[in-house]
Amino acid sequence: MDDKPPPLVEVDKLCVTAGAQTIVRDVSFTIAPGEVLALIGESGSGKTTIALSLLGHARPGCRIASGSIRVGAHLPIRLRPAELARFRGRHVSYIAQSAAAAFNPAQRLMAQVTESAILHGLPRADAEARARTLFRALALPDPEGVGALFPHQVSGGQLQRLMAAMALITEPQLVILDEPTTALDVTTQIEVLRAFKQVVRERGATALYVSHDLAVVAQMADRIIVLRDGAMQEMAPTATMLAAPAHPYTQSLLAAAEPTPRLIAPPVAAAPLLRVENLVAGYGPRNAQGQPMIPVLHDVGFSIAPGSVLGVIGESGCGKSTLAQVIAGLLPAAAGRITLDGEPLAPALADRSRDQLRRIQIVFQSPDMALNPAHSVRQLLGRPLQFYFGLRGAELDRRIAALLDMVRLPAGLAARLPAGLSGGQKQRLNLARALAAEPALLLCDEVTSALDTVVAAAILDLLAELRRELGIACMFISHDLSTIRAICDQVMILYAGRAVEQGGRQVMQQTPMHPYTDLLLSSVPALRTGWLDSLSATHLAEAEGGLTRAAAALPCPFQPRCAVRIAGVCERQPPPLRHLAKGAEILCHHDEAALRAAQQHDAPAFASAAPLASAH
Amino acid sequence: MSPLARLILARLASGLLTLLTVSLLVFLATEMLPGDVAQAVLGQSATPDAVAALRASMHLDQPGWLRYLLWLQGLLSFNPGHSLVNDLPIATLVGSRLPNSLLLAALTALVAVPIALTLGITAAVWRGSRYDRIVGLFTISAVSVPEFLVATLAVLIFAVQLHWLPSMFYRLDLSSPLQMLRVFALPVITLSFVVIAQIARMTRAALINVLDSAYIEMAVLKGVRPVRLVLRHALPNVLGPVVNAVALSVSFLLGGVIIVETIFNYPGLAKLMVDAVSTRDMPLVQACAMIFCAAYLLLVTLADITAILANPRLRHR
Amino acid sequence: MSGILIRHRPASLAGLLVVGVWVVLAAFGPLLAPHAETAASLGIPFDSISRAAPLGTDYLGRDMLTRILYGARYTVGVAAIATVLASLSGTLLALAAATTGGWIDTCLSRLLDAMISLPSLLFALVVVAAVGSTIPVLILTAAIIYLPGAYRTVRALAVDIAAMEFVKVARARGEGSFYIMHTEILPNIVLPVLTDFGLRFIYVVLLLSGLSFLGLGIQPPYADWGSLVRENMEGLAYGAPAIIMPALAIASLTIGINLLIDSLPKPGDADGR
Repeated sequence: MDDKPPPLVEVDKLCVTAGAQTIVRDVSFTIAPGEVLALIGESGSGKTTIALSLLGHARPGCRIASGSIRVGAHLPIRLRPAELARFRGRHVSYIAQSAAAAFNPAQRLMAQVTESAILHGLPRADAEARARTLFRALALPDPEGVGALFPHQVSGGQLQRLMAAMALITEPQLVILDEPTTALDVTTQIEVLRAFKQVVRERGATALYVSHDLAVVAQMADRIIVLRDGAMQEMAPTATMLAAPAHPYTQSLLAAAEPTPRLIAPPVAAAPLLRVENLVAGYGPRNAQGQPMIPVLHDVGFSIAPGSVLGVIGESGCGKSTLAQVIAGLLPAAAGRITLDGEPLAPALADRSRDQLRRIQIVFQSPDMALNPAHSVRQLLGRPLQFYFGLRGAELDRRIAALLDMVRLPAGLAARLPAGLSGGQKQRLNLARALAAEPALLLCDEVTSALDTVVAAAILDLLAELRRELGIACMFISHDLSTIRAICDQVMILYAGRAVEQGGRQVMQQTPMHPYTDLLLSSVPALRTGWLDSLSATHLAEAEGGLTRAAAALPCPFQPRCAVRIAGVCERQPPPLRHLAKGAEILCHHDEAALRAAQQHDAPAFASAAPLASAH
Repeated sequence: MSPLARLILARLASGLLTLLTVSLLVFLATEMLPGDVAQAVLGQSATPDAVAALRASMHLDQPGWLRYLLWLQGLLSFNPGHSLVNDLPIATLVGSRLPNSLLLAALTALVAVPIALTLGITAAVWRGSRYDRIVGLFTISAVSVPEFLVATLAVLIFAVQLHWLPSMFYRLDLSSPLQMLRVFALPVITLSFVVIAQIARMTRAALINVLDSAYIEMAVLKGVRPVRLVLRHALPNVLGPVVNAVALSVSFLLGGVIIVETIFNYPGLAKLMVDAVSTRDMPLVQACAMIFCAAYLLLVTLADITAILANPRLRHR
Repeated sequence: MSGILIRHRPASLAGLLVVGVWVVLAAFGPLLAPHAETAASLGIPFDSISRAAPLGTDYLGRDMLTRILYGARYTVGVAAIATVLASLSGTLLALAAATTGGWIDTCLSRLLDAMISLPSLLFALVVVAAVGSTIPVLILTAAIIYLPGAYRTVRALAVDIAAMEFVKVARARGEGSFYIMHTEILPNIVLPVLTDFGLRFIYVVLLLSGLSFLGLGIQPPYADWGSLVRENMEGLAYGAPAIIMPALAIASLTIGINLLIDSLPKPGDADGR
């Protein structure tokens, strides 16, 4: 009765060690021909190590200690070096996380894509023809010419697809995809995912997909294995895993991926705490009009009420981190007005009073970069207390202990250096240092982005608690929409340095919206199977483009990508500011009715998938 | 103009500017000479008229900035004046010595660079092996040992103990390859020692940096074998740093040339300069110093331009 | 950054031992020397190793051990003072340039870059030709020659650190330049700066002994190890220990330092000496 073909890949009791430490412990699984299996886990879970051992490769310092691996007729961890070289690329190929780093900067793309096919005996002309076929299948622009370019001449999304071509060119039995879209922006991610999925489906390829992102994996994989600390927690078909996760760890991962809102009604206040008007900022020398040579922010304005949270959303290069630095005074604005409690703030740090500096504190993304590795926890927390309040002696110690307690860190850590803390502890310390100044406004720049989802969720809980206890206002910068949704009262969406849409948090759930908001929201993978296939053609076309340098200087920078642009208008005149009935301000030539008509047929997948209104 | 051409022109211009600054530094350093040069040259018994005449001919009666410009003009027209000691034209003195030094440097480069690159590349490829540690110990010792120790040891072994080679340099005998070998063996061995160590160290460091990169791991996972991995994937990316290492080693070579030419009594430019320093023949010292600096800057600039050309990011925008 | 000063490897320990011995001998050598510095001839010139002269005798028949012990204070002492001067002033200028930036940084970097392109021995020869070679002149010359290298190394390190977010945090807090330089940047570059100091010390020792070897360094009646090699050049033909011993002393000192710092992070590998 059982006529299933034998599995293509068999891994049995695999153990990998690094020195005395076991980083992969007794992992066993099989992959059937044509199946896509996903390995899910956070950093340090051993997922990449397992993937590399299928290629018979262990990173320096690591050793495949025991267990067996079979791929087709081969036993990769038993092969001698020369046999291994014949096996790799031919039978199993690898797509790495960062295409920008995995392509040799000194070789043309065609040479790199075809190399393994040629090494394994295919004539050059055939290999190049095969590469061009793949370029077309992966929807790369200019499939004939792209091979002659060098890696730095194409975009990140294109490089990632070129790496897929490099992996598929030998028609291997197994393709390993190691976090292939993690380094990409969401709108770039969907085109790459689509291309991968299509090629995998068309060729019936067998694949191992390694990722930390459940929503992405839900689109690609037939079956999912959840890993933690090098050991398997749960293995189930994708739909089962999402609908009924059995293991508590899987449940916590799922919960963290779709964070519940941690909202607090902000106190009703008449005057805003921070008000920003017509802000212009950038880098490089200024021209005669006082405009910086490389403009980053164009005419941005918003306000933050005391005790409320403004979420600033945008993709890399949109100017969101620059905005935080301008408000903090690290990068003086070229034009515009910033007021704090009605009091104007000087553009440069040196011209602000110490009390003004104290009331605005900035928290950076990476605690490894933001905490001086030479200073102990006590020094890190003590300095702002001494600097702003002149505390010393026992009082200083008491305050440091109180701060540690506030961010749920044990008092015993005070003597440690940051290197002795975990990633989550460091980020708590990073927050505690800002809180030491007793600020009125926190500028949080991607504070959860460098953290694993479960740790990030705990930081969000902490932030919500601090708001409740201390009533601090916050500007929360992120590229991650679910994080923004979880914590913000107000949102502002930046595109190429313009606030294309802003308003209450409901602006992300109610149509109509700015065309870019629409694209951004619909690009976030939903935590259900079939989301990727349900995307509308409009969104895919818009996602294709990506932001170019030339476009950033246009009156409406989104216009080249926009599906509803008005020819003859959008490329000439700057878009007007419109007020929408849902309580949002957008920069668009379309009026509310036109946008509603355009977006009716095309409701964003996200809005239907996650009923946010019910959460509150 | 293409951005690449502009980049190269900017590099050339910066090289020239540096050379000009260097000339100013050399001139200022020699201006610190206390006392009256003319008096010092002619001795205490000279008549005031003779001293005044010499002062005028050396432009010592002119203000400093004018003397600098006159000196610069002399250098640029290949006529930097006369030696204070024997009154010969400096151009003639330098002209007779410069080719000898260039020959010595060229021979050293010919011997040292291939050996150094081989050592550096093999040490990087077999990183952490016993071979790598031995090469590391050799290079670290060679760069920290004075050239005169290498030279004296070489003389002790090859000339005093084995009697294979002459310990002193008597005349430049290029009549047969064997004679040439006998003449140049010791100076070239001594000079190569430090140069090899320096280039090998920097090559190893640069190559290891590249071998740790993600694209090398990617190539391994594509089934690329070690030889191809190093030659096709890694080396093109270390061309810039390695060419720079070679050029920087020239400054080591320069220091070495001064010592080696003195020990072996080799009739080169460096020996001329050391003798000029002993006799405080300042115009000759200045001229020699400028030639050395110009040669050094030329090589460093060429290396930078090679690195610019080797970088695909700059070549193909 | 690792807080480990020296990995416990035999080579590093050997380096520490050799350097330690030479520093002690430089300080107390004259007390330990078997004969007085200017003691007259013991006997035959270029004698080989004997009980009376454990390292042989020099061209005048004087005890080489005594000569080398007295020479240590010039070789080690003079080089140490010059290196401290070069590294200290280079580090201070570099920290100032890296924290202030702007035109001060640009001008200083330009000028010192030009100085680096003067090969060191050449620069020293020009100066010695002009003003002679007294000990203060030699110290100052060596310090000036190696200041730009120290400046460049420290500036590169400090600029890297100054771009870190914790420095931005301190600036946003309102801290002044001195606090940032001293408390935020300096502790993070101490180790590489120490390494650079060691490398520069080696360069200074080699430069000064090279000058002495040419007869243009420390002048008689004082003699450092380079001068000892020069005085005894005639002994080369006899293979006399008098010429090898001082050269070996220099080599042991420089190799010792190199072994010692080889286990520290190395910033100065790429710049010329």
